[in-house]
Amino acid sequence: MATYAEPAGGAAVGVKPRRAPWAKRIAWRILGAIFVLWAAATFVFFVQQLLPGSQATLILNQQTGNQQSYTAEQLAPTEAKYGLDQPVLTQYWDYIKGLSHGDLGNSYSQFKPVTEIIGEQVGPTLVLTITALIVAWILALGTILLTSRRRKSVSTLGSGWEIFSAGLPYYWLGVILLVVFSIELKIFPVQGGTSIEGLVLPALTLAIPLAGFIGQVTRDEFEKVLDQPFVTSARARGMGDLAVRLKHVLRHSVLPAITLSGWAMGALISGAVIVENVFARPGIGNMIVGAAEHRDVPLVSGVVMLVAFIYVISNILVDIAYAIVDPRLRG
Amino acid sequence: MSATPDISRPGAPGGTPGSARSGIAIPEWVRSIRPGVALAGLVVAFFVVAMIVPSLLTGQDPYAVNLEQTLQSPSWSHIMGTDQSGRDLYARIVYGARESLLIGLGATALGMGVAIALGVLAGLGNKWVDGIISRGVEVMFAFPILLLALLFVAVFGPSVTTEIVAVGLGTAPGYARMVRGQVLAVRDSGYVEAARALGHPYGSIVRRHIFPNAMRPLVVVMTLGVGQSIVWASGIAFLGLGVPPPSPEWGALLNAGRNYITQAWWLEVMPGVAIVLFSLSLTTLGRHLQQRLEGGVNR
Repeated sequence: MATYAEPAGGAAVGVKPRRAPWAKRIAWRILGAIFVLWAAATFVFFVQQLLPGSQATLILNQQTGNQQSYTAEQLAPTEAKYGLDQPVLTQYWDYIKGLSHGDLGNSYSQFKPVTEIIGEQVGPTLVLTITALIVAWILALGTILLTSRRRKSVSTLGSGWEIFSAGLPYYWLGVILLVVFSIELKIFPVQGGTSIEGLVLPALTLAIPLAGFIGQVTRDEFEKVLDQPFVTSARARGMGDLAVRLKHVLRHSVLPAITLSGWAMGALISGAVIVENVFARPGIGNMIVGAAEHRDVPLVSGVVMLVAFIYVISNILVDIAYAIVDPRLRG
Repeated sequence: MSATPDISRPGAPGGTPGSARSGIAIPEWVRSIRPGVALAGLVVAFFVVAMIVPSLLTGQDPYAVNLEQTLQSPSWSHIMGTDQSGRDLYARIVYGARESLLIGLGATALGMGVAIALGVLAGLGNKWVDGIISRGVEVMFAFPILLLALLFVAVFGPSVTTEIVAVGLGTAPGYARMVRGQVLAVRDSGYVEAARALGHPYGSIVRRHIFPNAMRPLVVVMTLGVGQSIVWASGIAFLGLGVPPPSPEWGALLNAGRNYITQAWWLEVMPGVAIVLFSLSLTTLGRHLQQRLEGGVNR
């Protein structure tokens, strides 16, 4: 499921003048982030309005388990309860106002606020995605440090592996790991729950394709930096090869991959949807598939908005990481 | 052995270098193909045949239930094993190619269509049009494809159409950004300026110069895109939100095999092999094409 073919999309809305003072730039970034979130919420709201048939019918059928139509009188209480009898623009205003207070509405199928359900489920998913991001970085940088600009056979193997692994779909990679390590070799549990042993395979499944992608982006940059004069001068000072790579080259070549990581957080959560289903691991991903199946529109929209929020936040973090890695950008 | 002039190729008898080779004339472009690319071509050709005439590739019926042969592991009579109803998995994968490839093509065509419309408008429009479209595209990047698909499933109910629309719209922002870049590059190029200086009407410049030249690199992107769309669509079907069960569509096969994962690994692994092989081959072909196109520009 790892289609990293898209260009690394920085949210980049408020990326204004390069030389602006630090504080002003942060202010711009936050404004840009709010704009992205507002636009995303607007999109999600109007997609909901495209629902064929009446929303109240869907809710009633959902709650009673029937598939029938209702008279206007039967629908009226439900419409009033969910505010569906209001004009669309009023509903839109209420939705945006709710969001700004962190209110994502009520689930149709679980009769609870969406934020409460997400709060119960988000923990394991965050543990999974953040672990995967860290593992991906370790795998990618390890491969690069060891294989880039080595003997031809070694570097071809390294870059070939990156292309191959970046194209592996999560569902397939997960199944292979599950069959080999859990079912045949019995090293890891088939259903690990939230235990530490249960985290290994899901995290690897998410990390391997991402590592391939980070690797591809970093390798080009890494090889360019290896030719820079400061690398030669470091070598001339008698620095060892590995030390040169670690202390000088790496720092200069990770910028594109950092940009990617901001975007990758969103992609990882969508990967987690698949991975949690493969490994029957509790979390947002497992929950949202059931919600989509039951056509619980507010719950699914709530998760989509949460992911948009995480995407925006990660892109701001990426900007900060940039300035830490490359002091020239501090302005 | 005397060299037979190849009269089928225009200009060949004149003896351009390489045309007077003796023996079986292997054209230069065939020689330049690397084995990996040739293999990728074969894989793609195999699946295209499977899509059009699946009966050429297997004598088995993909729907024939045989309750004496359930969950057989791969063997000579069933090279990819059988499923819980004793149906031959290889036959099912071959017959599933049609639906899987059509979903991939449909989603890519939809995504590209939307992207071309938006990209061309943004590239040729004024500052405001460009600004609004570009911001909109950036916002769409905040939605991962799979989550967009889940939202669509919740709103419209699971179906193949939902699947295609979700994957198509999900991939459109990436393409749109590319199209806009292409259009901008071509718009500011020398030959467009020249055509303008010659007084050609704007509409014909767009139609005859900008549009074809901006679209050419997209052929490659489409090749890559079909493979990716199939991967995404299978993911949705894997979750049970795409094509419903009796179908041998690859994602539906994956979904059907999930309940038997501890007893019959082949039900999950084999359809995945088909998906990975096909998308990897398309990627290889796409990159090869890309290199050729870029090489052509440099020459």
